[in-house]
Amino acid sequence: MTGALKLRFNRKQLCIPYVAFLVLFVICPLLVVVYYAFTSGTGSITIENFVNFFTNTNTLGTLLYSIAISVVTTAVCLVIAYPVAYVLARSRLKKKYVLLMLFVLPMWINFTLRITALKEILSSIEGNLSAYPFLNTVTGMTYDFLPFMILPLYTSLSKLDKSLTEAAEDLGANGFTVFMRVILPLSVPGIISGVTMVLLPSMTNYVVLDMLYNSTYIMGSLIGSYFAAYDWHGGSMISLILLIIIFVITLATNRFSDDETSGRAML
Amino acid sequence: MSQTSTIIELKDVCKSFDDTVAVENFSLSIQKGEFVTFLGPSGCGKTTTLRMIAGFDIPTSGQILLNGEDISKLPPNKRPVNTVFQRYALFPHLNVYENIAFGLRLKKTETEVTDRKGNKVRKLVHLSRREIDEKVKRVLDIVDLEGFEKRSVSTLSGGQQQRVAIARAIVNEPEILLLDEPLGALDLKMRKEMQIELKEMHRRLGITFIYVTHDQEEALTMSDKIVVINDGEIQQVGTPTDIYNEPVNTFVADFIGESNIFNGMMTGKLRVKFCGTEFACLDDYEINQYVDVVVRPEDIIICKPGEGQLKGKVLSTVFKGVHYEITVEVGRFEIVIQSTAYAEPGSLIGMKIEPDGIHIMEKVYTENKYDGVITKRNTVEFGDGEFGCDVTQLYPGSHLDEEGYLITASGEKLDLTGTEVTVEVGFRDITMSDEEGAGGAEGNIISMIYQGDHYRSIVRTEENEEDYVLACPDLWNTGDKVSLVIPADKIKLTLKPVAGEKK
Repeated sequence: MTGALKLRFNRKQLCIPYVAFLVLFVICPLLVVVYYAFTSGTGSITIENFVNFFTNTNTLGTLLYSIAISVVTTAVCLVIAYPVAYVLARSRLKKKYVLLMLFVLPMWINFTLRITALKEILSSIEGNLSAYPFLNTVTGMTYDFLPFMILPLYTSLSKLDKSLTEAAEDLGANGFTVFMRVILPLSVPGIISGVTMVLLPSMTNYVVLDMLYNSTYIMGSLIGSYFAAYDWHGGSMISLILLIIIFVITLATNRFSDDETSGRAML
Repeated sequence: MSQTSTIIELKDVCKSFDDTVAVENFSLSIQKGEFVTFLGPSGCGKTTTLRMIAGFDIPTSGQILLNGEDISKLPPNKRPVNTVFQRYALFPHLNVYENIAFGLRLKKTETEVTDRKGNKVRKLVHLSRREIDEKVKRVLDIVDLEGFEKRSVSTLSGGQQQRVAIARAIVNEPEILLLDEPLGALDLKMRKEMQIELKEMHRRLGITFIYVTHDQEEALTMSDKIVVINDGEIQQVGTPTDIYNEPVNTFVADFIGESNIFNGMMTGKLRVKFCGTEFACLDDYEINQYVDVVVRPEDIIICKPGEGQLKGKVLSTVFKGVHYEITVEVGRFEIVIQSTAYAEPGSLIGMKIEPDGIHIMEKVYTENKYDGVITKRNTVEFGDGEFGCDVTQLYPGSHLDEEGYLITASGEKLDLTGTEVTVEVGFRDITMSDEEGAGGAEGNIISMIYQGDHYRSIVRTEENEEDYVLACPDLWNTGDKVSLVIPADKIKLTLKPVAGEKK
């Protein structure tokens, strides 16, 4: 009986559940997506879906619109978050953690509730919400994603050694030069991770658009519409293209954040 | 070489952070081309002083004059002063070349240029690429890092980073180079090498160096002038030889090198008594004055028992490389000797001290004296604490009644609450306890100096930084929080002249 009680696993055996999970929920669906993307309704292999995406003005327009929204949202978040993170990281305030928490606190409140509240505020200001769809969407996304920009910036700015700014001053730099030559280049890793965390989700998050009555499609809603119309092949192709875009962006940003010295080259 | 013009002068500089005073009445003038070292234990205010010269901290009061001009409120980028930081503070995103060129790229020099109309105008222009290149190459040569231009600073060793930090500072040709414990992070061998190199660099560059360290050996090796600092105040300024041979007080004697410190008394003209023996000395003080006596361990000569002035039993002998460190028990005193001769532990030896080996200093602390106030409960408040005391000593022949009122000899009833008194307590009457609340006041031990048969310890309270000086037989750790116990009958009270008649 002792043999049955002796439950010993080696490292490989312990991996099995995870491998099974990954195969079942990541690799298999991915293969299914690839299969549908490159097949036609009759099951024959084709690149028709790929050609369709890049020849159809509607889908291309949606791609550009998504990119526009995400880039503008990211830029606005960065412009708002950087000064906040900078002031919080550099101040000697005892209560700065409370302040930081106040900025992050909205994340703890339900997403739908937040956007609904925003919708009420915006409609009381603008009257008819559908008059400014782009502005409303960017406002909603900025409100939603701002904490994801502040946190990484705050972390990288508070890690910055004070003696480095002192050294720059000592070598003759004024406040502006210290910022441009030392603080900004050294906070590039924080900027990169903040940008990644805002740029990617804001390309696909169509719930904000829906709730703020913006009827224009972005990538997320576009894919949804294809599947709703039972065009699994076209929908899969768009998903695949989006996946490749995200993969390329991630690859590019990773290179910068890993190698801190090249941060200056990017600026 | 013999330039004697003052380059920088500090006048009554004080600096306090919130409630704590970091630097107090700091006055010092430094000559052009000197190698000056600020030496003191950590937290003594030496780095704060350096930061004020660099411009990172602004003095609370007082002036800093550079070539006669007040620069105390000037920002760091406007001062012709550069700093080598304790942890180097190299820019991690720049390579060696760019780190060194950082200051040069910001520098503007006035040069004559011909404008479009052909007129010559004086204009501020940035240094040309070639000028920067030449200067960087030159300092890289000085710090021995040729060929390292393209290296990332994170791939350099501690010593190499140190050299880059020095190069980055001296490339700007500052009038004064400030070095904040620059060798602190290096290992012993590297440190010794860098000491010699720095000294050599100072000789070649001819600029003024202000060096901060807590390492007394480093200070003695490198400096033209040492400024010993303790507790935000200058203790002594002098050449390394002066500081070592003629320390002005026990702190300096204890901090610089090893020393035996004794309580002594002048017994005659050029005669001092300590360790129960009379010695001839070279310092002239008033007869019967209490003094501190410092004898360096290498100034005690071992001889046969019976010869010499002292006789004692060897407690331990430790081999230290060049010499033996011998601890000898003489009566209730312990004396440390450094000698190349070996002495067998347990054996009896004689010791001889020549008059020039005895350094006599006036006592800084002779008693604890405070301003106090009598409270309702007939206790006395002073020095951030409250102690039980005997108030009847204020009025001869008086006693206390049941309600706690003082009845004088003539039968008069006095309420002493609020009476201001002068409080005196002897060094030996205070004892320390590590039990919180055991005594009337609490504080941290800030210094502990061995004086032959006891330790003289100074305990400072947190609230108003009141000092208690006490003699205790045991060694405590500096920085320990202790409670101070004073028996009621050992507190000597005297009425203050004006407030004395208050009823």
